[in-house]
Amino acid sequence: MSKVNRNLIIAIALLAIAPFVLYPVFLAKVLCFALFALAFNLLLGYAGILSFGHAAFLGTGGYITGWAMLNTGMSTELAILLGTAAGAALGAIYGKLAIKREGIYFAMITLALAQLTFFLYLQAPFTGGENGMQGIPRGELFGFIDLTNNLTMYYVVALIFLFGYAVVSRAIHSPFGQVLKAIRENEPRAISLGYDVNKYKWVAFVISAALSALAGSTKTIVFQLASLTDVHWHMSGEVILMTLVGGVGTLMGPIVGASLIVTMQNYLSTGEMGNYIHIIMGFVFVICVLSFRNGIVGQWNKFKAKNF
Amino acid sequence: MKKMLLASLVAAGLSSGAAVAAPAIDGKVKIGVIGDMGGVYADICGPGCVTATEMAIEDFGGKALGKPIEVVSADSQLKPDVASSIVRKWVENEGVDTLGGLVASSVTGAIASVASQNKNIMLISGSASNGFTTKQCSPYIAHWTYNVAALANGTVKTLVSEGKKKWFFITADYNFGHALEGVSTKVIESNGGEVVGGVRAPLSTTDFSSYVLQAQSSGADVVALANAGNDTVNALNAAAEFGLTEMMDIAGLLVFTQNAQAMDPDVAAGMKLTTGFYWDMDDQTREWSKRFKERHGGIPSMAHAGAYSATMHYLAAVEATGTDDPDKVMSWMKSNKPNDFFSRNAYLRADGRMVHDMLLVKIKDKASRKSGDDIYEILNTIPGDTAFNPMLPECEFKY
Amino acid sequence: MFDINLFALSGQLLIGLINGSFYALLSLGLAIIFGLLRIINFAQGAMYMLGAFCALLFLKWFGMSYWVALFVVPFVVAVLGILIERFLIRPIANLDHLYSLLLTFGIALILQGSFTHLFGSSGLPYSTPAELKGGMKLPFMYLPNYRAWIIASSVVICGLTWYMIEKTKLGAYLRAGTENPQLLQAFGINVPLIITLTFAFGVGLAGFAGVLAAPVYSVAPDMGSNILIVVFAIVVIGGMGSIGGAIITGLLMGIIEGLTKYFYPEASATVIFLVMMLVLIVKPAGLFGKEG
Repeated sequence: MSKVNRNLIIAIALLAIAPFVLYPVFLAKVLCFALFALAFNLLLGYAGILSFGHAAFLGTGGYITGWAMLNTGMSTELAILLGTAAGAALGAIYGKLAIKREGIYFAMITLALAQLTFFLYLQAPFTGGENGMQGIPRGELFGFIDLTNNLTMYYVVALIFLFGYAVVSRAIHSPFGQVLKAIRENEPRAISLGYDVNKYKWVAFVISAALSALAGSTKTIVFQLASLTDVHWHMSGEVILMTLVGGVGTLMGPIVGASLIVTMQNYLSTGEMGNYIHIIMGFVFVICVLSFRNGIVGQWNKFKAKNF
Repeated sequence: MKKMLLASLVAAGLSSGAAVAAPAIDGKVKIGVIGDMGGVYADICGPGCVTATEMAIEDFGGKALGKPIEVVSADSQLKPDVASSIVRKWVENEGVDTLGGLVASSVTGAIASVASQNKNIMLISGSASNGFTTKQCSPYIAHWTYNVAALANGTVKTLVSEGKKKWFFITADYNFGHALEGVSTKVIESNGGEVVGGVRAPLSTTDFSSYVLQAQSSGADVVALANAGNDTVNALNAAAEFGLTEMMDIAGLLVFTQNAQAMDPDVAAGMKLTTGFYWDMDDQTREWSKRFKERHGGIPSMAHAGAYSATMHYLAAVEATGTDDPDKVMSWMKSNKPNDFFSRNAYLRADGRMVHDMLLVKIKDKASRKSGDDIYEILNTIPGDTAFNPMLPECEFKY
Repeated sequence: MFDINLFALSGQLLIGLINGSFYALLSLGLAIIFGLLRIINFAQGAMYMLGAFCALLFLKWFGMSYWVALFVVPFVVAVLGILIERFLIRPIANLDHLYSLLLTFGIALILQGSFTHLFGSSGLPYSTPAELKGGMKLPFMYLPNYRAWIIASSVVICGLTWYMIEKTKLGAYLRAGTENPQLLQAFGINVPLIITLTFAFGVGLAGFAGVLAAPVYSVAPDMGSNILIVVFAIVVIGGMGSIGGAIITGLLMGIIEGLTKYFYPEASATVIFLVMMLVLIVKPAGLFGKEG
């Protein structure tokens, strides 16, 4: 058995056991955000482009799935697929608009586009505005698996997460991923080698948008709710924080980062420290940027390379 | 191997049994207070609602059914999703019986869809929506302090009957604002007034001057502010600046004491509004408010006072029925009248509406204020049955 | 009927211009910082909020009048800017500029969170200075004196800043520093000092805008984050780094927003982003930006 396979089996086993130790809905939330951060990191970590508007895709997935569950009576997996497709379509359009610009310009443009999306959802009658979309049924998977049970729900989320992980992992280890990395390292060189750089970036953007929407769709099913939080620009900031804390450009980093940030928020919001949540998040940002840029996983990899 | 593991993961999911929704009837009372700890409603029902609930528990003796009463608190961050996930964890995993605080209708609505399914009692003190006793009603909701209808029936009806017939609305463009405008419009029209115009301003607008200008040219007698918090304060400031206050009456439909304190006294003086509680009403309210201020640092809002009162009545019900079974507790709460410094002539109606006397007050001018906390002059008491709309026949409990 | 509408419209245009004054001041500060440091200062909104709070607190603590605050507060904010640039931004100046964007985002969270914790979220009142109370009757509207003062002072400040950067020797250094810092250093100019002072000046402008805003908007911890995203959009529309572009676009967007408030108020918070998208499609570098 190869090392990769062994790690994978350990990971799957952990995912299977986890809900017997921790509260399954919390775990499902962690996995949704981990998937979101994974998708985001495909762009930042492997193509080197910072999107400051990824909330638009997370939210789109959630709203479209929620709408489908409330209004069409389709089964859950179709609703999730529809949400994901909507996110991909939005990603295709926004990607076309933004991809021509680089660095900070790209970040600003994605931010503005996401803001436009935010206001559309705020105004659109079907979203419920500030109240959000409430009471979305979890429905039945394939028409016969009842998802109202938290444990069942968790395992479905775990499978979706594994699927997302497989997509990202496949993408970055494929020739496509190699080209992305080449673009990140030296864009002019990639161009001179004859690659249509913008096309590669655009495809990466669309994949990332689709997976973000998948995360949003899944989250909506778990919490039976879609709200403006998921399209707000703070969410775009949060996913950057998760990726940064965990380790940009590593496969495990976003997962570790998302787990940590979600746990932290969960802990802070119900404790004595509730008042300090924004201040603490701010400090985490500053510290990470100033002296912890490799993130937890990046630092660990460095440590391992040095000592083992 | 990989496939097998995945298959077993699926199998584990499939075999994990049917849904169970049951409250924790374990003879141990645990109250979860959820409020806005750092956002725009933090002063209205945030840490203060936690303090008020804790005070109630202490005044009750700290114990119920022979065991210490536990309190947990959380920050909803004003996000429906955050709130719903906290509450889900509390009620499914941590044995929380009852939820208190509860500010911002969007958040409370999201919580209600979790809590009501699970039969957890909600003591709503901060939120305004009429929905909790109509569309979203549940046998486990006690909507305590006030609601949109009471605000409209208080302030709007008074002004219309004073002959202020033409109204212009500056409405916060979201559900709460729309609801407040809708209910108020009904009150205006059924009392012989008319709505001559209105604008819907996005939530958290900083500059209202443009809307004030539109109000100015409308020829209305009253400009109603169907918004809350900072929006109300900002709109009022703009109205004063552009001389609107000299031409027309301004009616703040939802003003908490904290908002009133944030207004420039020169600008806000004379404004009439409806509140469920004022600290300086009589000795009883002053006594409690003094204790609250010592602990919290500021005077209580009506949401704070309501949170205390609701908790007291709930604990009395638990002690009297000898159980934390939500059905029995709620039925005791509805058949016994609450009576304390907050709940005057009060009773909890079958639909979950706590009907009690509301106050019509006027904001004092600078000269007549004895201290920074001395902000309202009480004009009259609005009897509960006048303030709150009658129970709707269509409220059918879904759960 | 028609002339009433025309009157109302003129009023809205003037109001739009007033709001545009704030946009112009804030986006000018951002543009100056971006021009030399190439970073997007996410803390600009927090600095604006800080300016308003300083005016309020200095009044409470030292009885400092509005007029004194108008001069003192921008300096206080600028000093904080110097500290931030020197100790937080400079150590990572050689890295990808995205890191400094994230850093300033973190600083904004800390500042806003702290003020919410200390002063609550409700917003605090700040009185209009006695000298500017009252107003004048224009044919189409009642214009409060303070609003007139906002337009006048921000146009003067923006104009002076533009003149300083485009027409003076100091400005020439600044522009040269943008093009080629090494060369400028070789001429014996202290480039790091210029960078620090530029950052300080940029956030100082935000502080000034904060004092200017205190009497008309309530002083609240979230006042900066609400306006910041709009200002970002304005900088993108104007063309990032373009000084004149930031000023003109700021005023222009204020007017467009004012018109929207008249014709379709629900969209007033969205219209600027819509304009931005259109501009990006037609002219990706922004209205006044250079291609490239």
